[in-house]
Amino acid sequence: MAAQAESLAVSINVTVNGVKHDAVVEPRTLLVYFLREDLGLTGTHVGCDTSQCGACTINLNGRAVKSCTVLAVQANGAEVTTIEGLAPAKTLNPLQESFREKHGLQCGYCTPGVVMVAQYLLETNPNPTEEEIRHALDGNLCRCTGYVNIVEAIRLAAEKMRSQHVSS
Amino acid sequence: MTSESNDRGLIGSSVLRVEDPVLLTGHGCFVDDVKLPGMLHLALLRSPYAHAKITSINTATALNLPGVEAVLTGDDIGELGIPPRPMVRGMLMPKFPVLARGAVHAAGTAVAAVVAQSRALAEDAARAIEVEYDPLPAVVNAEEALKPGAPLAHEELDSNVCYTVTKKGGDVEKAFAEADHICRMHIVSPRLVAMSLEPRGIVANPQAMGQELTVWASCQGPHRVRADLAEALGFPEHRIRMIAPDVGGGFGSKGPLYREDVLVCFLALQLGRPVKWIATRSDDFVTTIQGRDQAMTSELALKRDGTMLGLRTRVVANLGAYLHSSTAGPPQRMMAMAPGCYQIQNVQVDVVAVFTNTVPTGPYRGAGRPESVQNIERLVDMAAVELGLDRLEIRRKNFIRPDQFPYLTGLNVEYDSGDYEKSLDEALRLSDYKGLVRYRGEARKRGELIGIGISTFVEPSGGAGFESGTVRVERSGVITVLTGSSAHGQGHETAFAQVAAEKLGVTMDQVAVRHGDTLAVQQGVGTFGSRSAVMGGGAMTVAVERVVEKAKLIAGHIMEAAPGDIVQTEGGFAVAGVPEKNLSWRQIAGAAYSGRVPAGMESGLQETAFYDPKREAWGFGAHVAVVRIDRETGELKIEKLVLVDDCGVLINPMIVEGQVHGGVTQGLGEVLGEHMIFGEDGEVLTGSLMNYPVLRASDMPPLLLGETVTPNPFHPLGVKGVGEAGTNGAPAALANAVLDALAPLGIRDIDMPYTAPKLWAAIQRAQSKPGTE
Repeated sequence: MAAQAESLAVSINVTVNGVKHDAVVEPRTLLVYFLREDLGLTGTHVGCDTSQCGACTINLNGRAVKSCTVLAVQANGAEVTTIEGLAPAKTLNPLQESFREKHGLQCGYCTPGVVMVAQYLLETNPNPTEEEIRHALDGNLCRCTGYVNIVEAIRLAAEKMRSQHVSS
Repeated sequence: MTSESNDRGLIGSSVLRVEDPVLLTGHGCFVDDVKLPGMLHLALLRSPYAHAKITSINTATALNLPGVEAVLTGDDIGELGIPPRPMVRGMLMPKFPVLARGAVHAAGTAVAAVVAQSRALAEDAARAIEVEYDPLPAVVNAEEALKPGAPLAHEELDSNVCYTVTKKGGDVEKAFAEADHICRMHIVSPRLVAMSLEPRGIVANPQAMGQELTVWASCQGPHRVRADLAEALGFPEHRIRMIAPDVGGGFGSKGPLYREDVLVCFLALQLGRPVKWIATRSDDFVTTIQGRDQAMTSELALKRDGTMLGLRTRVVANLGAYLHSSTAGPPQRMMAMAPGCYQIQNVQVDVVAVFTNTVPTGPYRGAGRPESVQNIERLVDMAAVELGLDRLEIRRKNFIRPDQFPYLTGLNVEYDSGDYEKSLDEALRLSDYKGLVRYRGEARKRGELIGIGISTFVEPSGGAGFESGTVRVERSGVITVLTGSSAHGQGHETAFAQVAAEKLGVTMDQVAVRHGDTLAVQQGVGTFGSRSAVMGGGAMTVAVERVVEKAKLIAGHIMEAAPGDIVQTEGGFAVAGVPEKNLSWRQIAGAAYSGRVPAGMESGLQETAFYDPKREAWGFGAHVAVVRIDRETGELKIEKLVLVDDCGVLINPMIVEGQVHGGVTQGLGEVLGEHMIFGEDGEVLTGSLMNYPVLRASDMPPLLLGETVTPNPFHPLGVKGVGEAGTNGAPAALANAVLDALAPLGIRDIDMPYTAPKLWAAIQRAQSKPGTE
């Protein structure tokens, strides 16, 4: 096995949450497994095998993407942000805070993906309508909350982030 | 029953969850996050056939692939299987091996297992195994399975009937003989998939030369799973440490022991290495217990004035191919609440539970409740239409009245308390019912298909034996709560801490709630059936009260006061009327752990309660729905959904609302499209999220929540469960709304899910009949 894997191995260089990683991966390794298994960033979850659930959503070069649909080798040279990198250690960013304040999570399994999508939404559209929020969430499944409080949390975060922007 | 406490308002307040920061930053620990040195990975080869003999299995290629440690078939591991749990006396129990032996009885049954150094290598090797099958006739539909000449789901059994049970009360024959009118109805509830976002998974780590086993499993009740696992493996229960880490939802489906659990532990012990298996979503669709799939044939006997005299229901329940420990349960739950919130003393319910060549069923959020509510609520609406009565009045006329509680139903089940008119009135008020009726009338004049639906329902919660709680005051005065209610998203660490902190007179940060580890927590049952607040909350409250009683005795002993003169204060105790004579919890604990206790008292400050009230808690509610159906396309739009639920005293209203939101959404899934479908040979047609439509954010209608509060008189906190209320009430309200919308076309009977093609076809059929409208 070792010989075979080495012969197929590909070197990549990826910056994840601001830290540069030089790694060697099998060409078939999905980005989500590279993040979880090789880098130990287990906050990014896997909930399906057909790219439907969005639990694995991360930010790749400034866009929210499902990391189960990207090969690790495709992330060579890229900048990746995962849920662990959204806020400084032991703190919550305004969006994460809003999810807590509005009870936007229950079991927490879909949450990292949902938060990563919402973060991207608010970065690109600071004042989304409810319809735009729901549309942005359509690639992410949540089985606990009925999305009610997820939408509320994103709305609250948008307010907070806008007022921060104004005051800063 | 309640101890005196400082009413600091923690109970009843929407305290933000202590669970959240970890989960929001990606620092939770779910089972797939467990990584151990030397860990191997299991992959399974599954049968595409629903019913077939296995004629050969060739594992030679797989065995020689790099990284492969072991390849096994059913014959290699012999009798290893899921232990039988005969829930009903005399029920037929087919063998349930962890790997198929000789034959498969459902698509997705594992026929071979591979253990390899990585998941990818294990999956590669599993695909390299060659299996030859000899297909057998399959049976998929439970009602079909009862017909003469139907194929047998298990060739070695002589029948497809697992069990039959009849429950009967009053004089049903007389009631029907005396009736002015009898309504007749047949409903089939669609089969549903629980689809917790985290698929099932397990890691087993053999330790101490194979004499100890530590297991991490995504499950709802580690103690029960451990007991079944121990029996399956023939391994001592007390040498298994079972941990339910963060669990990504369960909804009933992560209650029982599964084949992969047994297999992973067996292989870990055999190989002396940790072994992990994490289900893919595809695995989950064909192995995890599914819900509903009950066919109900009912008759409701009435007087002309709408008085309900008697109810007869026959339930044909599809159990699937194999029996998990909980598979036989939902039809019995359906049966026990068949009369709903009405005074019907003459009741007969027959359950016929049937094997088919499909994925096993079992409890899924509601677990018989939604079927039962659907059954009685659609019958009541049908009765109103057929007798020309108002559907609110027929309900009010037959409701169990508040002064009749505790109320013993015709099926010998006692409801503790309720006020069904109150919740109905509140739902009518919130929905502006009169305005809705006007709105519908105007829309109908324009030829639009608008319907209003109501359901008034009960939500039994708790039960299923005991639950445990331990409260320990540590040496420093901080408090540890151990609960057998193992949570998976319900927020126990917050809600239970609210109760403990309030009753102990401390701040919430002084209380840590622990669950989900058999090494730490005394025997327990788990979280399912809307039971945690009632059962786990009850156990903890009793334990808290015992700790307070003991602490008072210690305080009296140290402060030389009579125990009756000791009162609770913020953070400890004082002598009544002498506030300067006081002791903190830290000081009491110091005394308790250093022997400064009254003569004859044991040291320490820890109490455990095994709470078993021998009764369930009966929540209730009223839901109102307004729907619009597009005549041209059949598309269903939910315009309004009002949900009034009564779960007694609320511990944390924010969490309760979240439970209602989630429950309703799963109910709406059943209404709008969720349906697990098998082809006529038992092949899986909806085995992925590409064709099983879980609701997305933009599918959701606006929800309007309301509440009434009728405290549970038999519970130390006054609480009732609410986890399944939304799933129970909303689908019936929507079914009634859909039928109301279609009533002008003469359509009187159509089952969920209400997909556009199904409604469109029904509209076309109705419109092609002469004389409609």
